[in-house]
Amino acid sequence: MLGKILKRLGTVVPSLIGVVIVTFLLTRVMPGDPAAYFAGPAATPEAIEEIRRSLGLDRPLLEQFLAYVVDLAQGDLGTSLTTGLPVMHEITTRLPASAELTLLGLIVSMAIALPLGVLAAVRQGSWIDHLSRVIATAGVSLPVFFTGLLLVYVFYFILGWAPAPMGRLDFFFSDPERVTGFFLIDSLLMGDLELFRAAFSQIWLPALTLGIFSLAPITRMTRASMLAVLASDFVRTARANGLPPGKVVITYAFRNALLPIITTLGMVFSFLLGANVLVEKVFAWPGIGSYAVEALIASDFAPVQGFVLAMAILYVLLNLLIDILYGVIDPRVRIEA
Amino acid sequence: MNVHTNHPPVPLLEVRGLTVEFATRRGTVRAVEQVDLDVAKGETLAIVGESGSGKSVTSYTVMRILDRAGRIAEGSMTFSGVDLVAASEKQVRALRGREMSMIFQNPRAALNPIRTVGRQIEDVLKEHALAGSADAKEKAIAALTEVRIARPEERYDAYPFELSGGMCQRIVIALALACRPQLLIADEPTTGLDVTTQKAVMDLVMELTRARGMSTLLITHDLGLAAAYCDRVMVMEKGRVVETALAGTIFKAPSHAYTRKLMRATPRGGVTLRDLLPEGSDLTPPEPRPAAATDGTPLLTVTSLVKEYPKKGVGLTLARLMGRGTDEDLTPFRAVDGISFAVGRGESLGLVGESGCGKSTTSMMVNRLTDRTSGSLVFDGIDIGAIPARQFARSPLRRRIQMVFQDPTDSLNPRFQVGRAIADPILRMGTPMNGAALKARVEELARLVGFPEHLLDRFPHQLSGGQKARVGIARAIALDPDLVILDEPTAALDVSVQAVVLNLLQDLKIKLGMSYIFVSHDLEVVRLLCDRVVVMRAGRIVEQGMTREVLSNPQDPYTRELLSSIPHPPV
Amino acid sequence: MTATPTSLPAEKAATGLLAHARHIVTENPVTGLSFGLFILFLLAGLVGPHVVPYDPLASDTAAALAPPSAAHWFGTDQLGRDIFSRVVVATRLDMTIAIASVALVFVVGGLAGLAAGYFGGWTDQVVGRICDTIMAFPLFVLAMGIVAALGNTVTNIVLATAIVNFPLYARVARAEANVRRDAGFVQAARLCGNGEWRILLGQIMPNTLPIMMVQVSLTMGYAILNAAGLSFIGLGVRPPTPEWGIMVAEGAAFIVSGEWWIAFFPGVTLMLAVFCFNLLGDGLRDLVDPQRRT
Repeated sequence: MLGKILKRLGTVVPSLIGVVIVTFLLTRVMPGDPAAYFAGPAATPEAIEEIRRSLGLDRPLLEQFLAYVVDLAQGDLGTSLTTGLPVMHEITTRLPASAELTLLGLIVSMAIALPLGVLAAVRQGSWIDHLSRVIATAGVSLPVFFTGLLLVYVFYFILGWAPAPMGRLDFFFSDPERVTGFFLIDSLLMGDLELFRAAFSQIWLPALTLGIFSLAPITRMTRASMLAVLASDFVRTARANGLPPGKVVITYAFRNALLPIITTLGMVFSFLLGANVLVEKVFAWPGIGSYAVEALIASDFAPVQGFVLAMAILYVLLNLLIDILYGVIDPRVRIEA
Repeated sequence: MNVHTNHPPVPLLEVRGLTVEFATRRGTVRAVEQVDLDVAKGETLAIVGESGSGKSVTSYTVMRILDRAGRIAEGSMTFSGVDLVAASEKQVRALRGREMSMIFQNPRAALNPIRTVGRQIEDVLKEHALAGSADAKEKAIAALTEVRIARPEERYDAYPFELSGGMCQRIVIALALACRPQLLIADEPTTGLDVTTQKAVMDLVMELTRARGMSTLLITHDLGLAAAYCDRVMVMEKGRVVETALAGTIFKAPSHAYTRKLMRATPRGGVTLRDLLPEGSDLTPPEPRPAAATDGTPLLTVTSLVKEYPKKGVGLTLARLMGRGTDEDLTPFRAVDGISFAVGRGESLGLVGESGCGKSTTSMMVNRLTDRTSGSLVFDGIDIGAIPARQFARSPLRRRIQMVFQDPTDSLNPRFQVGRAIADPILRMGTPMNGAALKARVEELARLVGFPEHLLDRFPHQLSGGQKARVGIARAIALDPDLVILDEPTAALDVSVQAVVLNLLQDLKIKLGMSYIFVSHDLEVVRLLCDRVVVMRAGRIVEQGMTREVLSNPQDPYTRELLSSIPHPPV
Repeated sequence: MTATPTSLPAEKAATGLLAHARHIVTENPVTGLSFGLFILFLLAGLVGPHVVPYDPLASDTAAALAPPSAAHWFGTDQLGRDIFSRVVVATRLDMTIAIASVALVFVVGGLAGLAAGYFGGWTDQVVGRICDTIMAFPLFVLAMGIVAALGNTVTNIVLATAIVNFPLYARVARAEANVRRDAGFVQAARLCGNGEWRILLGQIMPNTLPIMMVQVSLTMGYAILNAAGLSFIGLGVRPPTPEWGIMVAEGAAFIVSGEWWIAFFPGVTLMLAVFCFNLLGDGLRDLVDPQRRT
């Protein structure tokens, strides 16, 4: 098993190489002069020339690429023009905020979508089936930034159940000691329930927004794949042998249906990481998404480039995790690969 | 065969006036109408019918596993004193697997792909309280031993994909018989399996059920199989029972016209192709085309033909790159391993073997859709094997070698009208002609193969299987080819349609002076259609010769095994 | 399922598809509704700018931040511009971006996928590698990167949306071509003397079109969302141009103070547009592929 995982790790390498090449190329295809761009609007021609030399833009493309890779290997993603801080530092400090939000959103949606999809397939044509169809179609149509704003209006402005959409923690509190970087977990580790409640009151609304967003694809896939499996020959065999419905649905059907669902999770993650950027902007969440958006507006390219690279690496690793999970469930992959 | 004549048989299953309806988009369809059937204790009953006869629906209804669209409209079903129509789902569930169980066609799909076979048997045993956690494994292994699985302790941990089709069917049988039920329903249990595997599986089922005094309901399209293994045979047509009789009598004295038609159409020893057709068919042989003067050389000579496929897989590529891996891993797979044969002008050659023997690969090399690895293919004096398959489409020889495919549905483009399919070879390779001439030629071809002309503007999905087969044949003969390869052209057809198509092929061959290579797994059909036969196994030819001699006096043990595996009805 | 009477075979041959379409629209009124909605959006895109009551760019500080009323159906924004007029006028821009990007990727991605699936070998390797590289990024993040690098214009939004959708089209087309490359009718076409390109474009492509059309309808919604999301974070379209995403972004600041209508109406319109395309896609899939009805 370990050997197989190592072998699968090997296939990540081409993806990572592709990602690095694309992020490098993104900086080189920028219209106009990158040196002028990096130097800012008020720079003199001498200053631009100076920057060109220091950035190595006067050297051949291949050499520039090598320099870029060497920098990357040393963890150097460049420096932000607006904050003056290294991009790498900013991204590592902000990443836990984004990860906590995205994971919580995913957990929320899985907790609702899996049972809903299974029930919809088992009771095909019932009200729960219709509900899941409405959710599946309406859910994918919701612009995530719009859902977020609607939720803020209802739960903050009208009902007052949620605090103002202003980041991870009310300014009244100070951050918990950093262990995992996840406020919900770190506050519990400190044993500070008050802090936990404060962190939770901030995160539940954006997490719900992301949850609603990913509810649709997971419900849809669960229902479709359960329906396909329930119609298959081996489920018929199980029924013909008198196995009870619970055993047929869970042990025989659902475990098989999980395989396509897990494959879909890759796509869901792709959407979630993108949606995360929009949700962070709506809720002023101090994650890497809002960092990138601020940099975009300031035409500060190094953070954007670092952000795209970080997201891509994260996504590649998530897909790797999904593949390993798939192998755990499906013996065909485990044994043949 | 133990026919119960001395005492009145005790009915285990009694079905009266069963009518099953399906709700479809086009309204309600009656799949089964007024069916009566009895299965006595210890008796084996066969339900025989062509596709759409309602035989499978009947068996699903007895098990109460119809899908949601189907419902019992009328009738009664009693199993061992239990009213199956009125019984609750829970009551029926207690019977399923415990008192009556079922085996299906396509055994690999019938097993949960991600659960070990041992666990699947345990699930059934535990559900019916015949095993606890302590002895489940032991009992599951015992069940595997009973169906003659070699090394059952190892197989207990195997997943279905690691086992062969025949082995999977044994597991399905083990599942069905694990709780020693009183009734076994076998729904086409051997369809898709090779003939030798079919015999082994059927023998096993019969031996186990007889030893336990079980009743069996065999659902099949094969009258020969039914008569060879069952006490009584029930024939169904379009949802109704047309005849029920003892297996011995039904072959000797079929009373219903449909049974007679079905019987006649079943290929068997001692008859000619014409005998397969219904009584009163037009039997005049066609006018043979005057033979062109030839020098007596064969039309096609195949010498030492080899096809190798490299083994695939990421791991293997890596191993190859690093120069590691055993020699066996790196040797390419030989699908066809040095075969030689010839096809004479005007001759029909049968190419026979079980799945994976290389017969289809051979036919694809002969018709130049696949490149050979080595060897020669001399067609009318030219080595066509030397012309790459990709370029052969532009060769003037292309029009002289044509093919009829196994699956008539798959071989027609679903987006084109069938008239266009027939016209395609004429447009691409024929002498240029105007629209009217082309239309006339297509209509002429349709008449030649007995395809109704007014259906030429239909799409394939609007035609029956037999009609699609005729379109495929018309397309193949459109340019008057010299050699036509027939790749199991009737395997997807019902037996009565098969009889008509085989006769059509025979007549066309005489009329147009063509040569055939007939690829088949069915020795009875080959016996009727072919002058000579080549028997293949694992990429090699084990025997070839005149059909009459090979089939009546086989020299190779494998040919003998094939012949003895064909189910023979009691004479 | 309704029990519509069986039509005669001959009649069915002529009107089969049409009857089937009618059946689906009547069986599923939601599909009919979405079709009506689609017509509405089409009309708004074509004649919207000529029929709206106000100039979408004209500000009127006296009427700023007015809630919906008879004069201003959707209210006014912080500059007093009429939101209804802006929402209607924006339809053309949003639809143009979506249609242009989808048309671009349909042709390029579709052809690349067809060739990859049919020819296999190095063509497949190259197309597969391109897809893998694009798919290695979260799609919206990649679109952000592309627009940021290429420059902040509408054309680049179209290009970025097309690029991130490329793998979806290429993979569907590849799979469709791949399952058919050795189908009986393709082999038969080879026996009839057809060349490889003629088979690919003449025999295989017509069979892949229905599935590709479904793909178009389903990704159309995604294309609209993608473009609106990009303008929401300040990429692509710039103010004061009326565009749904940007209007939601402008209204976002006023949500916390209760002026909901500024963001609400463009947001709802955006949602309806995407909803409409997704429903159409589902209906279309039922039409071309009855087996995959879900």
